[in-house]
Amino acid sequence: MTSNSPAPAQASGPQGSQVLAGLRDSLGVGIGIFPLGFALGVLVIQAGLPWWLAPALSIGIFAGSVELFMVSMLAAATPLLTIAVTVFAMNFRHVFYALSFPLQRVKRGLPRAYSVYALIDEAYATYVLMPAQKLTSRRIVTGQLAMQTYWVSGGIVGVLVAGALPEPIEGFEFALVALFIVMTLDAIRGRREIPSAVLAGLSVGIAILVIPDQALLAALVLYAVLLTLRFALGSRARKHENAGEDFDD
Amino acid sequence: MIDPLYLITAVVISGLITLALRALPFAILKPLRKSRFVKALGRWMPAGILLILAVVVLRGEILSRPGDLWAIAAATAVTVLVHLLAKRRALLSIAAGTACYVLLLNMF
Repeated sequence: MTSNSPAPAQASGPQGSQVLAGLRDSLGVGIGIFPLGFALGVLVIQAGLPWWLAPALSIGIFAGSVELFMVSMLAAATPLLTIAVTVFAMNFRHVFYALSFPLQRVKRGLPRAYSVYALIDEAYATYVLMPAQKLTSRRIVTGQLAMQTYWVSGGIVGVLVAGALPEPIEGFEFALVALFIVMTLDAIRGRREIPSAVLAGLSVGIAILVIPDQALLAALVLYAVLLTLRFALGSRARKHENAGEDFDD
Repeated sequence: MIDPLYLITAVVISGLITLALRALPFAILKPLRKSRFVKALGRWMPAGILLILAVVVLRGEILSRPGDLWAIAAATAVTVLVHLLAKRRALLSIAAGTACYVLLLNMF
């Protein structure tokens, strides 16, 4: 869609190269997204749900971990209110993505609307770690469109394969676990990330012990609180030192 | 047979909640983007949020298969080792970890 729109590219480089850059960006995570979509398709069939639920989830919701969780909730005929609350809790982290996702690089209108709708963990992780000056609207939206394509097609292939299998195969859901482990390893690469990782580990540990039923939401809230404290203590220390503006960026 | 209307309603409700959570903060946060506090949070949050997600899904897997703790530990170790040793190729690490898990669960 983006490749033949007549609008000029926002930053350097011809439009085609931006589309290629977006496709390249999507490959790293896409290779993780496709098997995950495949796992979703397999789980839909193995849970006894209709095949069209796989693409319906990937287009209607487009949030990997929630979709996989939805399959088990729908198979158990979970009440709609419970589903709504669970989805809210599980996806609440997206509120924090707005703080740092380079949405200002995406053109207003349809591209920006799509970019917000398709702001999955993988898209966030891919583009938040890149220098914003290097990003163009075309590149980000192409990357996101490609990610959704991997996800939807993975689901359809999963549905087809599961339908052809004589017996269910267990353990596909580990793709989700592996995906988050890999993304965490990539996010925590330098010493600079260690304080954040320690605070996050503390948050999730406390959340699991204290509110095991809402551990994800509790951990995210606690983490936000701890980061706020970190900022407050840091700016007090800076005032004491009375040092210049050498805030690392 | 599960009522298709129930499935569709569930997908629509969940989709709208997800979209609202993704869109509203952008509308509300616009004036805040220049603040130092918001910038610091934006810089600190990604690594921590991903770590929290990893721990939570790992715990979910342990809760849903409490008898297969050893398989979960082995598959996690394989994922981490392959990722660190094979130059951080996400494809390879995820495929190796998942394949290891599927094999262990279905063969033992």
